[in-house]
This record gives sequence, C-alpha cells and structure tokens, in this order.
Amino acid sequence: MRRLGLRGVALAYLAVVLLGPLAMIFYKTFEHGFGPFWDALTAHETAGAFENTLIITAIAVPLNTLFGIVCALAIVRRRFPGKGLVNAFIDLPLAVSPVVVGVSLFLLYGRGGWFYGWFESHGIQILFSLPAMVIATMFVSLPFVAREVVPTLREVGEEQEQAAHTLGASGWQTFWRITLPSIRWAVIYGVVLTTARCLGEYGAVAVVHGYKTTATLQVQDYYENFNQAGAYAVSLMLAAIAVIVLVSMVLLRPKEAPA
Amino acid sequence: MLPLAAVVAASREDGLSAFWSAVSNPEAVAALKLSVVVAILAALVNAVFGTITAWVLVRDRFHGRSVLNSVIDLPFALPTIVAGLVLLALYSPRSPIGVHLAFTRWAIFMALLFVTLPFVVRTVQPVLLELDTEMEEAARSLGASELTVFRRVVLPNILPGILSGIALAFARAVGEIGSLVLISGNNPFHTEVASVYVLNQVHSGNRSAAASVAVVLLFISFVILLVVGGIRRLATRHEHA
Repeated sequence: MRRLGLRGVALAYLAVVLLGPLAMIFYKTFEHGFGPFWDALTAHETAGAFENTLIITAIAVPLNTLFGIVCALAIVRRRFPGKGLVNAFIDLPLAVSPVVVGVSLFLLYGRGGWFYGWFESHGIQILFSLPAMVIATMFVSLPFVAREVVPTLREVGEEQEQAAHTLGASGWQTFWRITLPSIRWAVIYGVVLTTARCLGEYGAVAVVHGYKTTATLQVQDYYENFNQAGAYAVSLMLAAIAVIVLVSMVLLRPKEAPA
Repeated sequence: MLPLAAVVAASREDGLSAFWSAVSNPEAVAALKLSVVVAILAALVNAVFGTITAWVLVRDRFHGRSVLNSVIDLPFALPTIVAGLVLLALYSPRSPIGVHLAFTRWAIFMALLFVTLPFVVRTVQPVLLELDTEMEEAARSLGASELTVFRRVVLPNILPGILSGIALAFARAVGEIGSLVLISGNNPFHTEVASVYVLNQVHSGNRSAAASVAVVLLFISFVILLVVGGIRRLATRHEHA
C-alpha cells in the first residue's frame, strides 16, 4: 500500500512537471493543422537558423570530443602539476550560467576587450558573428565527453595498455587498438550529450549572436514577433531531437539500466 | 578560463567602488535576490520529489519503469528555450488547463522545477542502487518502524547524494536563462532574474553593470563547485572509515 502511494506520488509529480509540457508542444504545433507547421518549417528564416545551428554543432562537437578524450587521458593516466585543478575546472561550464559565459566572450572580444585589437587589426569579426557563437557553444558543451570517458578509463585499468606496450606497440598503436575500443561507448555517449547541448544552447549564444540566429534564438524571435506557428514548429523540431537523444541514450547504455 | 578571467577584470576596471555601485543597484539586487530565493526553493522541492522518484525507480517494480527512467533526463535534452515556450503556453491566459501563472514569480518557480528535476534523482539513484537492502531488513527485524528505517539507515547513506544534487540543482537554477526569458515577463523588481538582467544590460550597452552581476553569479558557481567537491570528499571518507 505504502509502496503504491510512493509510486503514485512520483508518477504524478513527473506527469505534472515533465510530460505535461511535452504533450503541450504537440498540441500547440498542430493546433491549426499541418499546413501552418509546414509553412513555418520551410520559411527562409527557419532554414537559415537551422543551418547556423548545424554549422556550429559540426564545428563544436568534433573539437570538444577530441579535447574531451585528451583531457580524460591526461586526468586518468598522467600525473602533472595542477591536475587537481584541471579536474575541478572541467566541471565549471556545468556550474556557470550560460549568460556569464556569453558576457565573458562579449568582454573579451568586444570593444576594449583583451583580444579586440588583434582581431580588429586582422579584419576578423568574432563578436556578433559565427566565431563567437561557436566559441560560446564549445565552452558550455566542453565537459560532457571528458565526464563520460574519465570513469570508464578508470574502470578499464592500465593492464591491457601495458601489455600492448611490452609487446612493442607504439603509443599511437596502443591508443587506436586498445584504449579507444575500450572507451568507445563512453565517447559515443559523450558525443550524444555534447550534440544535444550544442543544438539546444541558448543563454551563451543569446549574448553574442548579433543578427545571426540559431534554432533556439529563432524560437524566441518568432514568439516575440507573434509568429506562434513558427515558434512551435521550430520547438517541435528541437523537441524531436531531444527525444531522439533520449532514445539513443537508452540504446547506448543497456547494461546500466537497472533491469 | 581566460574568458572568465576577463569578466572579473572588466567588472573591476572602473575600480572597486564602481563594482559595488553596479552590484548594489536596487534593480540588480532585486534580480539577484529573486534568482537565489527561487533557486533555493526549487532545489529543495526537487530534493524531496527527486529522492522519492529515485526510490521508486530503484526499489519499485512496475511496467514502464525503464521508460520513466529515461524520461527523467528530458530537461537535460530539451533545449531550455523550448521548455520556456511550452511552459508559457501551459500557464498563459489561454492555458488549456486553466492555470494562469505566466509572468509571475510562480512561473519562474515552475520553470526552475522543470529544468532542475534530474539532478537529485541522478545523484541519489546510483547510491540507492548500491545500497544493500540487508541493513534495512536487519533494522526492520529488530523492530524499527518504516520511518525509523528510512531516517536512521537509508537517509544517512543517501544524504551526500541528496546534498550534492541540491547544490547542482541550485547552481543550474540560479543561472538559468533559456526557460525564463519568455515566461518570466522580465518585469524589473518583480520577475526579472539575475541572468536576464545581465542579458538586458549587455543589450543596452551597459558593460560594467553586466560584468558586475556576472561576477556575482560566477562567484556563486565557484562556491557551489567547492561545496560539491567537499561533499564528495566527505562521502568517500565515510566509505573508507
């Protein structure tokens, strides 16, 4: 009886806080039929916004994946001064408000910032353009790969790598043949999380975007210009991506789900 | 790191007194206060329901439990602006469920509940999974009531998880922007949260005001990282003892 009560409380809470909003997206998007949805989705602005989002994601995800793997290897396998500091600060982007990230880029590359003069004299525009949006997105999605890979690397241990080493494998060979295969699921999982974060980032990009928009900024833009159909159509696409991410997380992590 | 150093530098470039006057600007103070108070409330509510949810996910058996388990992560996967838009539709004057919360502080609270929901669940769940039920059975066989079992056996074990979940949820909530920018109405002194205040200051070209409040948010994040690190260390020391 008590058990059922607890289950009821948990399910009711989740229904109110989680599932209600999700159902609402579908309801709102198709409130006036399929036509407005399709029109909004094929609109010029929508396409441009999604294009920017995809470009940003395509740059940020591979770079962050590479950085994440290198960082995880350094944290787990190497000893170096300041290691504790790196370990602590890798989580920083998760704790810092995205707006703070945006403001910091704004101050760094904006007029009077430390990097402003150099880029200005070379005729490169960072702020209010794609580069700043890419940097902002990279910052906020930085920790995901490393956070997934670190525990796996710890669990796998060093024995196989040492064995490969004694058999004469070079550092590269050991990495490609031994280390990478053993952490590949963690890497893929981290990439999925990074991608989700890149596609959905709002706060940091909102500060530095200028006239370029991303999918998330387009939602706000449509909403504020009373284009409800457009806002919900873009939202539905983003929500669909979120659901795909959730499903792939389940598929990638079958063992850990408490059966 | 460099970008963050630049914020600190920029907030102080006009001197410490300018920093203070920017931070103690009544609008900034109101925004910071609102952010912190609502974030604490949301984190605490989710601590209670998050613990119950984690318990149900680990100990209960029913159909659709694995689906439920993956739905928990929805607020992580869903772009926050989408969450904000949807909550706005849900609580606006034309709400299909007849709840009108949009542009009030309650709306901010509901949005923060949504985005911070997974934290406590995800920090308590692994601890509960590893927790041996034998201890609880021993306590029960010695005549302890269910409440006593929970208070004296289960709670001490999962408390570090709950606390770090609260800290992470609070960190997320206090700097949250995407889900709030549409729903809160951004009414100064009433529903304008700190992050939105910063964004508004940037857009109106008020550099030092934006940097100053950003530094306060940054400082809160640092403190929380330290707290979480401390909790983690305490918890592992407990294990080895």
